Amino acid sequence: MRSFSYERATSPGAAAAAAAGTANAKFIAGGTNLLDLMKLEIETPAHLIDVNGLALDRIDETADGGLRIGALVRNTDLAADRRVRRDYAVLSRALLAGASGQLRNKATTAGNLLQRTRCPYFYDANLPCNKRKPGSGCAAIGGFSRQHAVIGASEACIATHPSDMAVAMRVLDVVVETVRPDGATRSIPIADLHRLPGDSPEIETTLQPGELITAVALPKPVGGTQAYRKVRDRASYAFALVSVAAIVQGDGTGRVALGGVAHKPWRVEAAESELPRGAKAVTARLLADAKPTKDNAYKLPLAERTLAAVLREARG
Amino acid sequence: MTRVSFDVNGETHQLELDTRTTLLDALREHLHLTGTKKGCDHGQCGACTVIVDGRRINSCLTLAVMHHGDEITTIEGLGTPDGLHPLQAAFVEHDGYQCGYCTPGQICSAVGVLAEVKAGIPSHVTADLNAPLRLTNAELRERMSGNICRCGAYSNIAEAISEVAGRSA
Amino acid sequence: MRFEHPATFNPIDQLKVIGHPTSRIEGPLKTTGTAPYAYERHDVVPNQAYGYVIGSAIGKGRIAAIDLEAAKGAPGVLAIVTAENAGKLGKGERNAAPLLGGPEIAHYHQAVAIVVAGTFEQARAAAQLVRIDYAKGDGRFDLAAGRDEAIAPHPSFGGPADTAVGDFAAAFAAAPVQLDATYATPDQSHAMMEPHASIAAWDGDKLTVWTSNQMIAWGAEDMAKTLGIPRDNVRLVSPYIGGGFGGKLFLRADVLLAALGARAARRPVKVALQRPLMFNNTTHRPATIQRIRIGAERDGRITAIGHESWSGNVSGGEPETAVSQTRLLYAGANRMTATRLAALDLPEGNAMRAPGEASGMMALEIAIDELADKLGIDPVALRIANDTQVDPEHPQRKFSQRQLVQCLNEGAARFGWSKRNPKPSQVRDGRWLIGMGVAAAFRNNLVTKSAARVRLDRQGRVTVETDMTDIGTGSYTIIAQTAAEMMGVPLEEVSVRLGDSDFPVSCGSGGQWGGNNSTAGVYAACVKLREAIAQKLGFNSAEAVFADGVVRSGNRSVSLAQAAAGGDLVAEDAIEYGDLAKTYQQSTFGAHFVEVGVDADTAEIRVRRMLAVCAAGRILNPKAARSQVIGAMTMGVGAALMEDLVVDKRHGLFINHDLAAYEVPVHADIPHQDMIFLDETDPISSPMKAKGVAELGICGVAAAVANAVHNATGVRVRDYPITLDKLIAAMPV
Repeated sequence: MRSFSYERATSPGAAAAAAAGTANAKFIAGGTNLLDLMKLEIETPAHLIDVNGLALDRIDETADGGLRIGALVRNTDLAADRRVRRDYAVLSRALLAGASGQLRNKATTAGNLLQRTRCPYFYDANLPCNKRKPGSGCAAIGGFSRQHAVIGASEACIATHPSDMAVAMRVLDVVVETVRPDGATRSIPIADLHRLPGDSPEIETTLQPGELITAVALPKPVGGTQAYRKVRDRASYAFALVSVAAIVQGDGTGRVALGGVAHKPWRVEAAESELPRGAKAVTARLLADAKPTKDNAYKLPLAERTLAAVLREARG
Repeated sequence: MTRVSFDVNGETHQLELDTRTTLLDALREHLHLTGTKKGCDHGQCGACTVIVDGRRINSCLTLAVMHHGDEITTIEGLGTPDGLHPLQAAFVEHDGYQCGYCTPGQICSAVGVLAEVKAGIPSHVTADLNAPLRLTNAELRERMSGNICRCGAYSNIAEAISEVAGRSA
Repeated sequence: MRFEHPATFNPIDQLKVIGHPTSRIEGPLKTTGTAPYAYERHDVVPNQAYGYVIGSAIGKGRIAAIDLEAAKGAPGVLAIVTAENAGKLGKGERNAAPLLGGPEIAHYHQAVAIVVAGTFEQARAAAQLVRIDYAKGDGRFDLAAGRDEAIAPHPSFGGPADTAVGDFAAAFAAAPVQLDATYATPDQSHAMMEPHASIAAWDGDKLTVWTSNQMIAWGAEDMAKTLGIPRDNVRLVSPYIGGGFGGKLFLRADVLLAALGARAARRPVKVALQRPLMFNNTTHRPATIQRIRIGAERDGRITAIGHESWSGNVSGGEPETAVSQTRLLYAGANRMTATRLAALDLPEGNAMRAPGEASGMMALEIAIDELADKLGIDPVALRIANDTQVDPEHPQRKFSQRQLVQCLNEGAARFGWSKRNPKPSQVRDGRWLIGMGVAAAFRNNLVTKSAARVRLDRQGRVTVETDMTDIGTGSYTIIAQTAAEMMGVPLEEVSVRLGDSDFPVSCGSGGQWGGNNSTAGVYAACVKLREAIAQKLGFNSAEAVFADGVVRSGNRSVSLAQAAAGGDLVAEDAIEYGDLAKTYQQSTFGAHFVEVGVDADTAEIRVRRMLAVCAAGRILNPKAARSQVIGAMTMGVGAALMEDLVVDKRHGLFINHDLAAYEVPVHADIPHQDMIFLDETDPISSPMKAKGVAELGICGVAAAVANAVHNATGVRVRDYPITLDKLIAAMPV
């Protein structure tokens, strides 16, 4: 871990300004992903801005009947919030499927969205990785790719996004609220937050330098039966091989997003029109352009079968 | 170097630390509270679990300077060899360990689990998110899953925690 | 004391202390965090500096150049040791690849340097500034590709490369029912929770290391040999070990580099291998490919059994002896085994919990299940039909005790085996397909010399000293129980001091030999101490009775404290073995029963019930022994369902080298486990009449899981681990 200077931010605007005004600065909140990577010098900030003192740890009801989740709300608290459990069960379920109790107590809402991939080649600094070292190549291609993306990947990167929470937020159509170094705020639909790798996999989101997530806004509840099904080898404390977030309405319509298959939570709205026809029809559209490797081709039937199970349960 | 002050097991400590020092290393290397273990240093094993402001966390993935003013409880703060905490005594009675290295983390985590259940925080295996919680065996095992025991004492650990949970319920 | 004849009645048979489910005597220390592990010894020597190990970035090749300038100038750096400046180093008897690599690189993450600095943070940061240019060489990283060139290795720990009895080929060809199947087991990591860790301090030319090591004398010898210093100049201390499983049997890079770093920095140095380095830097259980052929009569009697195994290792490394149990477990007149070793440039393979049998039983016990399917015979009944009470290769050699049939029958009754539907994929519980599986458990009992020193002081307390280690096995407690039984004192009056090379040399912890041999060594020393006490008091030692803190002979009775009033009485002795291990085959037996659920949609596999029934001689402490077995069962579930060091054959490393990517079971993976011991005493094994249990518990577990998955789904997976991607295309619905 390289030496860094450290400051405690006093306001979101000041934090963003400090991040833009200091070379190689990073925000730190829960720290559960950033410190992990700093120990390996995969992340090498020269300055850390501790945002934990900012008053961004509340969950408030919004005027349109939704909830505004402060960026610093811990995963445990978000999952346990009575309103979230009642009206956004898919979000509670996704959070509870992730990590461990200890990590959920520390990890924040914004930090969870900004998690970096768990690709083992990203984690080993001796090996090529375009995400870690642009232009060095992708060792996962042609390597061990059982966990990797089956869709939306590129010649430069086949990593997946590891978050469970983000997959649930994708079907809930949340909006990410930020403040920029100049003090301006903006709202980013979650669909537009994460990028596909293309030829610049090191750029993972559409956030600009210094831009700080302040909140995530949940639209008013959409009802329906909500489910998050995470498939993994180990029964707990493991990243998803495939996950399915779904909201199924009484009339058979609904929304579906997949985790563990792409560089971002994977949702194709057009595929949802197939929901009344069942999982096979949905995944045929959802994963129409899939290009799996030999190691991860199993994710295609797995996604279909998992969705089928979710739909069967949702429809009683 | 940065100054930080926090309470550990009821005692206030003022430290001047390299900003890179994790809470875990501050405890083990600076305060010589070596009951908290370093198993992986990457949040993948749970051996470093401590309780900060009433919540269990992995002390390896947090910087000491981020805990200014916090109240920290480590395994040494729960009990002593001559005055064991009920969970410590139950682990001895049920042989809830073998090599002993993950044990302080398991016990601190168990303290956290019992508090979380009492606070009504659901888990991945909670059947109904909106119904009152019951600490079933499945709940216990899911909630303790962030603490790896390679010796494989899980079955005994579950019995030790269940006994204490039953007693305190 | 020489043990040449089967044991008769002795003080251990009183069972006043031995055989009781006593809680571990060091439990209060472990549960309060006050048991001192290697890296935590702030108390032993002042001014400790921190070492950080750098591992090779390539799997095979050479270091072309090292640039230390930037690192040397980094804050706090005290010394950097590489092969260039370490001085001449030897190699330990028990190391294949050098622990400090360079310029030749033997394997990925082989240690190539240690950076010593005033703080951990400084050492870690400076290590990143060491610039190493490598000339990458061509390595051999693929076992399957190396299989054809594999050689017959020299006879090793596990026996000769080839064995043959009768005419296997002819008998197999003539058998009305034949099984010929090939299985694969992956490389596995010990993944003990405490990393390899050490503190080293020099006092002139004398070196003391506080480390985490299962075999104190081996470690001290190999340290001396590697450094080229007299054995007497090395002291190795290891009272608490945070798990080993074979991974800490040997001198490893942490302790050697701590010693080198301390010499260079002229300060004590502490080192813990960082977790992401451990999987490639240290040893692992090697992968195997195993071909098993069994020929049987239609009634199930085996007429021919053949087992071939291929594994790989670095130059100087040994094969995984996966065929060894097949020479002993089942009857059959015509038999063969073959062990082959391929040259690989992966990290060094070596012992992990039940080396040989753990891997061999993963294959053999699926093969028996497959044979049962072919025959239409229940797999429990098939195993019973092929039981043998003698060594099948040498029928004049009996097993000292063999209760395999009893284990199977008792287990079947307790588990509800009769409810199993032999036809696969018939049983449903909601979304789960349910299956039951069984496997035999088998592991040899090994006897080896073990010494101890016992002291009686004027308070009447007994202190045992031996370099035996407690790696979670319960050594402290069973040694205390042994001394208490022998000397007739309560357990609280016994102190046990372990893990110090200043103490008499024990058997150490490995190969499930620790419990029986170390306590037998303590028994021998206690017999000698009893004689010394009797002599001191003028008693006839044959008639003296030691009970309740008092020695009695005839109508005289003296307290132990009084006996030592004139000064401590000390006795030292070792147990040494005659030919009983040759005239009898000593093995331990068991049966594993497992019920799994396989998710009908996702093919996720979850274990629902587990039972082990074991027969392993006298159980010295049923509580600790049960824990050993359930712990081994847990590791067996890992082997069955998730553990897999994945080889990247291009870069030559185990790519999933941390505890997130190399999955081991967590709480949620393991149901309540049932485990029972059958009554047994084995007077052939030692005066303790005990045998090992710690490794028996893992042997067969993975196959029982695999067989249960087959029963649940009808899908037979022959390459471990059994993961959902191997099932999903063939799921029944």
